[in-house]
Amino acid sequence: MVDTVLTGGCIFLVVTTFLCLYRAYVGPSVADRVISINVIGTKTVAIMVLVSYVFHKDYFLDIALVYALIAFLATVGVAKYLQKGVLE
Amino acid sequence: MLDIITIVIFLLGLFFFGVGVIGLLRLPDVYTRLHATTKCDTLGAGLVLLAVILNQGFTMASVKLALMILFIWFTNPTAAHIIAKAARSVGIPTATECAYIDKCKEEGVSS
Repeated sequence: MVDTVLTGGCIFLVVTTFLCLYRAYVGPSVADRVISINVIGTKTVAIMVLVSYVFHKDYFLDIALVYALIAFLATVGVAKYLQKGVLE
Repeated sequence: MLDIITIVIFLLGLFFFGVGVIGLLRLPDVYTRLHATTKCDTLGAGLVLLAVILNQGFTMASVKLALMILFIWFTNPTAAHIIAKAARSVGIPTATECAYIDKCKEEGVSS
């Protein structure tokens, strides 16, 4: 029962990820796109954790942890580039 | 009993994710979208991961998940702060139909 609910929640998260992708495509300013990509990163971490639980693959968790780090670094990098114009 | 608690916490987390996405799609400008998504996503990810931890018991994987929750709770507000600071210093305008109180501009503090 829990596995069924977690799988359904995974599908829901994928659908909301596509809605976020719509905002990343339309978004009038750069900051909208950065926000949207940040949200997609958080959702991807949640999806990876759910997949690792449903399929009993523990090594997905390490990938999710590293992915969270990289998504944060990407957000910081793009925001700094937006603010200063250079990355140094 | 544990399954029911897990499912309730998990559905609560999905609810917060959904509210965040609705805010991202519907709100008028950058700052309000940031306001909606940051808090909803942080809480939603925390609740989803907490549901998996509860259903799993105390294993090595649950320790990793707890570390992940801690990490998300630190980095998500930091990223939101950096994005808001960058957007304000670039001068991305606020929505015209909303009234904003800008204390920094009133008191002459540079951002």
